Amino acid sequence: MSSTGTESTTATAAVLALGDDALILSHRLGEWAGHAPVLEEEVALANIALDLLGQARILLSMAGDEDELAFLREERSFRNLQLVEQPNGDFAHTIARQLYFSLYQHELYGELAAGSGPFAPLAAKAVKETAYHRDHAEQWTLRLGDGTEESRSRMRAALDALWKFTGEMFQPVEGLDVDPAALETRWLAALGSVLDRAGLALPEGPRTGAWAAGAGRQGLHTEPFGRLLAEMQHLHRSHPGASW
Amino acid sequence: MVAVTPETGTSSTADARSGDLADQLRASFDAAVAAEERVEPRDWMPDEYRASLVRQMAQHAHSEIIGMQPEANWITRAPSLRRKAILMAKVQDEAGHGLYLYSAAETLGTSRDELLDKLHSGKQKYSSIFNYPTLTWADVGAIGWLVDGAAITNQVPICRCSYGPYARAMVRICKEESFHQRQGYELLLALSRGTEAQHAMAQDAVDRWWWPSLMMFGPPDDESAHSAQSMAWRIKRHSNDELRQRFVDIAVPQAESLGLTLPDPDIKWNEERGHHDFGAIDWAEFWDVLKGNGPCNEQRINQRRTAHEEGAWVRDAASAYAEKHTSTGREVQA
Repeated sequence: MSSTGTESTTATAAVLALGDDALILSHRLGEWAGHAPVLEEEVALANIALDLLGQARILLSMAGDEDELAFLREERSFRNLQLVEQPNGDFAHTIARQLYFSLYQHELYGELAAGSGPFAPLAAKAVKETAYHRDHAEQWTLRLGDGTEESRSRMRAALDALWKFTGEMFQPVEGLDVDPAALETRWLAALGSVLDRAGLALPEGPRTGAWAAGAGRQGLHTEPFGRLLAEMQHLHRSHPGASW
Repeated sequence: MVAVTPETGTSSTADARSGDLADQLRASFDAAVAAEERVEPRDWMPDEYRASLVRQMAQHAHSEIIGMQPEANWITRAPSLRRKAILMAKVQDEAGHGLYLYSAAETLGTSRDELLDKLHSGKQKYSSIFNYPTLTWADVGAIGWLVDGAAITNQVPICRCSYGPYARAMVRICKEESFHQRQGYELLLALSRGTEAQHAMAQDAVDRWWWPSLMMFGPPDDESAHSAQSMAWRIKRHSNDELRQRFVDIAVPQAESLGLTLPDPDIKWNEERGHHDFGAIDWAEFWDVLKGNGPCNEQRINQRRTAHEEGAWVRDAASAYAEKHTSTGREVQA
């Protein structure tokens, strides 16, 4: 990363990966507004969504115009993980997605914050938010896992259903100066510890390989994603060039 | 603080009524309220005062919670990331206001669960305005400017309400509401000064939200069931019609500076009164919406009920977890 030309190119891939993750998960959490199981969760989920949207705006602005990037790219140009685009499902599903992602994001930003790369300043701020998000997901995982029979079986089903999307988090991303294998080891340890306390086992089944899902970083997404973008972009695209 | 607190610490009107004590308590209460003293949760208060406050505060809290829906309807379609962040923060604030008001109502001896049950069963109401649909993005701005504007006009005097917990809740809520209102105005201004299509969208939204906003102040003074008593108790400070007039007087110049018109050909400055005259409100529509026949009544309450019912297993899990971890002492409950 010595020449400025390569630096901007390589940085862009990483910027879009991290920015799109935050943008799309924020959007999904925004769908919960007015539908949460308890008022405190209306506040909490909106809070997390806002933090993520804030991260997305900073990241996308590093690569260009935030609105152009959010509203005028097509499905194949988005670089977010398939995990974050998965529909909300029930509360357990949302919490499982949140647990997988926030543990990953917290480990990742912790490492980036400690470094001196282009993401260090953002990560230093965001890591405080991700600690809060991780705590929220962990606390709910404990409550659902160790709550009632129904909540345990829902939580288990959600963890299982999303498991195949987690391998993708540890594919190397161009311009992202972290060691994916070490990140994965730490993620698995943190996840194992939470699930253990919740009386839940790590899901079994594949997370990587040609048969597993996970090519969002290459712009290959799952079917629900196109519909998400259609909703998100419709108004902006209907008024080309307008400012809001 | 009200001067007289009976030994029991809470009101027991049945007993109190039996003797001079009842008259004495009532007289001190009336005197304290008239002297602008604050009533606090442990003070004696007439049962009807308590009931009236519970009704008003619950309705206020319910309005915050139901009021999340018409705006949340546009979170996923907000046209810029900045606007999306503002809208999310606003809807989050509303949930917070609801929580705050339920807590304040709980100081009167009711519970949030009980109040939510009454909302879900239709026994308690919420503001009629939220039974109107948000059909375009500009509606988000119109709600901020007009609906929040009307709410603020209504609510600022409640900051001096005789019941302490309600008054204090309103101080905090009004600050955030003013902020929301400015954001709504600014959203409409951007549209009004934008493309032709954006301007038309803003005008259409104002046309649809203006009259319902005027209805937020409630029925005319001569048809308002609770007004006189609420004013005597200093729960309410001004009549419905006074507040409505105040709102019109504020909104007219704002509409002008927005470059938008209000859908009332009868609006005219009245030099003699020092106020704007305005046209007749369609009270038949108001009562109809209040009775449950507005465009979104059913949808709003169904969404609320569904969220509550589908969330039951989550709340049960949290309770079961808390139970296990406090009784066994395995883990300290957060």
